[in-house]
Amino acid sequence: MVTNITNFGRSGLSDWLIQRFSAVILALYTLFIVAYLLLNPGLDYATWSGLFAQTWMRIFSLLAFVSIAAHAWIGLWTVTTDYLKPTGIRLAVQSAIILAIFVFLVWGIQILWGA
Amino acid sequence: MSTLQVSVYRYNPETDSAPYMQEFQVDTKGRDLMVLDVLHLTKEQDSSMAYRRSCREGVCGSDGMNMNGKNGLACITPLSEVVKNNKLVLRPLPGLPVIRDLVVDMGIFYKQYERIQPYLQNDTPAPAIERLQSPEDRDKLDGLYECILCACCSTSCPSFWWNPDKFVGPAGLLQSYRFLADSRDEATSERLAELEDPFSVFRCRGIMNCVAVCPKGLNPTRAIGKIREMLLANAT
Amino acid sequence: MSNMRSLSFDAIIIGGGGSGLRAALELAKSGKKTAVLSKVFPTRSHTVSAQGGITCAIASADPNDDWRWHMYDTVKGGDYIADQDAAEYMCSEGPKAVFELEHMGLPFSRFDNGRIYQRPFGGQSKNFGEGGQAARTCAAADRTGHALLHTLYQNNLKNNTTFLNEWYAVDLVKNANGDVVGCIALDIETGEVVHVKSKATVLATGGAGRIYASTTNALINTGDGIGMALRAGFPMQDMEMWQFHPTGIYGAGTLVTEGCRGEGGYLVNKDGERFMERYAPNAKDLAGRDVVARSMVMEILEGRGCGDKADHVFLKLDHLGEEVLGKRLPGIVELSKTFAHVDPAKEPIPVVPTCHYMMGGIPTNVHGQAVMQDADGNDQIVNGLFACGEAACVSVHGANRLGGNSLLDLVVFGRAAGMFIEGALNEGIDYLEATDSDVDAAMKRMSRWNESNGGESVPDLKAELQDIMQNAFGVFRQEDNMQEGVKKLAELRERIANAHLGDKSNAFNTARVEALELDNLMEVAEATAISALERKESRGAHSRYDYPDRDDVNWLKHSLYFPAEKVLGKRDVNFTPKTVDTFEPKVRTY
Repeated sequence: MVTNITNFGRSGLSDWLIQRFSAVILALYTLFIVAYLLLNPGLDYATWSGLFAQTWMRIFSLLAFVSIAAHAWIGLWTVTTDYLKPTGIRLAVQSAIILAIFVFLVWGIQILWGA
Repeated sequence: MSTLQVSVYRYNPETDSAPYMQEFQVDTKGRDLMVLDVLHLTKEQDSSMAYRRSCREGVCGSDGMNMNGKNGLACITPLSEVVKNNKLVLRPLPGLPVIRDLVVDMGIFYKQYERIQPYLQNDTPAPAIERLQSPEDRDKLDGLYECILCACCSTSCPSFWWNPDKFVGPAGLLQSYRFLADSRDEATSERLAELEDPFSVFRCRGIMNCVAVCPKGLNPTRAIGKIREMLLANAT
Repeated sequence: MSNMRSLSFDAIIIGGGGSGLRAALELAKSGKKTAVLSKVFPTRSHTVSAQGGITCAIASADPNDDWRWHMYDTVKGGDYIADQDAAEYMCSEGPKAVFELEHMGLPFSRFDNGRIYQRPFGGQSKNFGEGGQAARTCAAADRTGHALLHTLYQNNLKNNTTFLNEWYAVDLVKNANGDVVGCIALDIETGEVVHVKSKATVLATGGAGRIYASTTNALINTGDGIGMALRAGFPMQDMEMWQFHPTGIYGAGTLVTEGCRGEGGYLVNKDGERFMERYAPNAKDLAGRDVVARSMVMEILEGRGCGDKADHVFLKLDHLGEEVLGKRLPGIVELSKTFAHVDPAKEPIPVVPTCHYMMGGIPTNVHGQAVMQDADGNDQIVNGLFACGEAACVSVHGANRLGGNSLLDLVVFGRAAGMFIEGALNEGIDYLEATDSDVDAAMKRMSRWNESNGGESVPDLKAELQDIMQNAFGVFRQEDNMQEGVKKLAELRERIANAHLGDKSNAFNTARVEALELDNLMEVAEATAISALERKESRGAHSRYDYPDRDDVNWLKHSLYFPAEKVLGKRDVNFTPKTVDTFEPKVRTY
């Protein structure tokens, strides 16, 4: 078993499962938003904000945000281990990725629940 | 005209500072030779050319190489299958260190094979005769045990190029599943425990280069899928 | 050579094929310091090409099968110069060795009851030839050799055997008493020459089919062990006995297993006639290989061959149907498509008898100990030297090997050699150390090539040697032709002694290896030629136009070729098995 890993889960199986599960969430979310936009051609701010005022939409959106954070981390972690061979550079890039994902996630939550 | 233009990757660590391509004109006398026959003819022109070969019938796995951009066995690849515009370019298997010319160092490939414990494990005392196995159970090994360790698959796999020390690679995983699928093997959970990290199996992205090049027509991607299913079933 | 690195082992096994790996496994389990030295990665050895199976009375297809019946077939198949104590050992120990392979994981095909699948092969009978065709060849589809070799390699990994892969043994090192105490070896990757010291040296170097222009053998089958032993002065046994396999693919030489005929395929001539019915009314296409090969050549010589040149016959399989072919003979379907451009489910495969197996070799007892003759003609053990597999002549195959008996030979006698060496090491082996001059003597040949500067090229000389052997020492032989062949070989030896190695680099220099192999081919060819010329009878695979009959008065003997004098002596065949009555020589019909 390969044990020298900087990933959080250290389990390829859970990574793999998370990747598939989060992809399904993201697909559903995307489909929903696209369908909503198509069904509401004259969309105004009040309707849009009304949609996001509903609790189920906030939960659905949060789920999508968490999914995108997890999906991005696992995917980008994989990419960095493939292509960035010097350990220092790889760690630095991975740290930057973690920071960015964290910032975007917190920011997203604030937008969603803050209003 | 039956003169074939052959371009061969050359590198001798004692004399060459860098690899280069050597051009040969080979008279095929109009025959649809195997690539290995062509190599013999080029070696007659330049005896310093190095390549591995043994059985010359596609079962020993010695002469895996890259022919016009695709990995395969030189001895069972006819010119008609690879040559385009009367030109044949021969390179060593990609991604492994070159020892000389078309000979690569397969050490890390073998190491990954050894890592999956490629032998039957069964601590139950054996009967006086053979262990019985139904034809149906035996059929599960078809498409797995036939691997000849030529490394055509693993050296065509980008995941193996990037992480040859961590990703087992298609050849090793095919053999891993050969033992996981064997009704006589008792080490299933130990084998699975060794594989569930993010590299060993899960670096497979399913692009199926391995399937496209396997000279024995085997399907490592399918075997990897089966291992994932077993890991999933084992964990849930 | 004081600056040469040396390595020391209890036992060194030269050759990583079936017999070498089986011997190594036994020794690795015992904890002895053992190494396998192989010129190719072990799974590239020629055992991998074996197709049809391993013949053994495991009583699966027939619950009443008896190893004594198998022994009878083996002795009869060998035209009565197989040693009966050795055949007895192989056939009676066989089941144990085969079950061990299964326990190690070999993926045998299966019957519905879960037991190992067995198919009929040539020369097999029940009840000492009285009970009809037997099905005694245990098979893993038609890839039994591949499955066997990989299984043995895998179990050597499991037992932490030391491997010196891509190392080439150059010559044996003998001490002042004539004991074998190791070898000189070349690490092919780096070009380093190393003195390998060992208390037991096992030659498991396989056959030498590459002395012929047309052969089913791998390119690596150059008789390296035979060459080394001959140069060290040891005699060779029954070297005239070369098996021509009936079904080599016409033009390519690649093997099509006898299992094709075991599964119901048969040979036809240009008229579509199943001609084996005429030559062997009972066994037909499953007669001994020598009988079938001769019959095919007769058909061709009498103008009933197939193709434009009427120089081959057809193997018909299409009546078996795609399902049987796919399940039982998948490798053959692949090979036929690749090398004969024929789909056997639709068309017959063009085949021709092709050099396949060396029945002769280094004479040994059942423990793998090499044997020579003292001045009075008595057997004498060679200290330190062992042989097993095709390189050895135990002799279980006599003048003609039965299909499926080679794989059994490998595992039974590889195992036997391993067990015996373990015991001998436990009792203690202490031979005189080799001196510098002993080592220098073994380095002579290597130095000759390294210092060569001009002369003929290796591939040209090799091709010439192969043509001489093909023309004068093929399926049928005769005096004048062979005289000519022997003369040409003597000339060729001189030219090879002055041949040129152009590339003297170190890293993975395959030209050097091929030059060293050429010396070995030369040794094997000459031993074969002189033995064939001197055995003035026809027996098994050795058929002479000028002596068409078997001569039991003068030649119910092993031939023994002495390299120093280049003369042929004789050695008694063993007719005293321990637990069964002697099989007396009879007229051999199928």
